Amino acid sequence: MTGWTDLLFILVIVLDLFVLASSRLRAGIRAVAGQGAVLALLPVALAGGAAEARHVAALAVGAFLVKGVAIPWLMSRATRESAVRREAAPLVGFVPSLVLGGLGVFAAFLWAGNLPLPVPGKHPFLVPTALGTVWTGLLLLVARRKAVAQVLGFLVLENGVFVFGLLLSDFMPVMVEVGVLLDLFAAVFVMGIVMFDIQRALGSLDTERLKSLRD
Amino acid sequence: VTRVILSALQLAAFLLLAPLLLGVIGRVKARVAGREGPPLAQPYRDLARLAGKGAVFSRTTTWVFRAGPVVGVAAVATAGLLLPLGAPAAAISFTGDFALFVYLLGLARFVTVVAALDTGSSFEGMGAAREVTFSALAEPALLLGLASLVRSTGGADLTHMLGDGLAAVWRSDGPALLLVALAVFVVALAENARIPVDDPATHLELTMIHEVMVLDHSGPDLALIQYGAALKLWLFGALVVNLALGAIFQSPAASFAAFLAGQLAFAVAVGLVESTMARLRLVRVPQMLVGASVLSAFALVLLLSR
Repeated sequence: MTGWTDLLFILVIVLDLFVLASSRLRAGIRAVAGQGAVLALLPVALAGGAAEARHVAALAVGAFLVKGVAIPWLMSRATRESAVRREAAPLVGFVPSLVLGGLGVFAAFLWAGNLPLPVPGKHPFLVPTALGTVWTGLLLLVARRKAVAQVLGFLVLENGVFVFGLLLSDFMPVMVEVGVLLDLFAAVFVMGIVMFDIQRALGSLDTERLKSLRD
Repeated sequence: VTRVILSALQLAAFLLLAPLLLGVIGRVKARVAGREGPPLAQPYRDLARLAGKGAVFSRTTTWVFRAGPVVGVAAVATAGLLLPLGAPAAAISFTGDFALFVYLLGLARFVTVVAALDTGSSFEGMGAAREVTFSALAEPALLLGLASLVRSTGGADLTHMLGDGLAAVWRSDGPALLLVALAVFVVALAENARIPVDDPATHLELTMIHEVMVLDHSGPDLALIQYGAALKLWLFGALVVNLALGAIFQSPAASFAAFLAGQLAFAVAVGLVESTMARLRLVRVPQMLVGASVLSAFALVLLLSR
């Protein structure tokens, strides 16, 4: 069983790296959707006893619906209507961002063992996966030009926060988690509207062009 | 006595069956495309035909050009002595032999590149530059993968790394080994000039990498080069297959049969990859190879963080 849990964490990291390396936005969206689905399995895999079964099941189903289905669907609609296919010229190239992301992940795995945790006895990959995913999300947010790619970065960042939240899932009430998922949904919704407005005002989703705005 | 027999048997299979892998790949590609395809023995016939021809040497070339194919095949065949190819042990085994293995393959590549440069053709120089660029990126992936095998099995010889040490590691660190196997498969595709990196079937100038370097070789020399390429494919297949099998069979005969079946599966997998994927644009190839290196390095980090 522990082998499968390891595999889920590693899958999350590999998907991080894939999003960093892929220039096609649709492939990136699919990868983030896959990551959301893997994240939905994590609470189930990590659940120790049957005491929290309903809580865990609710968390898994909620995460799957929001991260794996709803948000990717919104994102792919946004890309389809805006005719943006790929990130052409990112601020940091694909190979350097892949190497940077890799270095961040490696640092997370090598040092996370030294961090003092409030709840001991958790899976050893949990904290490094969370830190590595957050780092990947930050990198995507900063290094990409297209608004869609930046939203993908935000989603990956949020996935990292979700993994970190699993650390506390024993005593986090369901309502708080539902609230977090709703926040995320609302945020992506707002970003979709902003993307639509950028597209309408500038005729492109390239955020570099926002510099041309004057009052 | 059985050790000696098995050792001889694995070398015989290595030297005799290697071109068959190319035949299987060609056949799989043809079948997926809906054609009948060449017979499985076609690579052998090609080799025999080329070996029967005379060789033409340009007046601008020197002994370097003539030495290239011979040294190349010799280096790859020597590398085969270091790897367990179906038998439980390699023919020669000592601590740190994995580095010699990697650099014997490097030597084979080096003499091919030097022979290509020796012709003085700018076209072959271009191919040599591409080959060296991509292999420089593929080498970290392979070496980091082997390093994580050393770390996980606790032995620095290929016989232990790909043999008896592996079964326990699959149980304790399966995901890390899976990453290594994936990275080695990508390296195998790149090093053998298979499709996402290079198209062995094309002779279009702009896209060739490996083929372009051997354009000036003819007759027996070309046969040697193609034979060397087949041997190299067998070696990389052996790396992937040994890694994936993880020494699960106790009896030598069963593991030898499993190894041969694995090589066949490897060839089919390569053929399927070639049929379903398009060749990557030249600028995308480094991205894929760096990705493979990052995967290998990640596997090593996973093992180190234990």
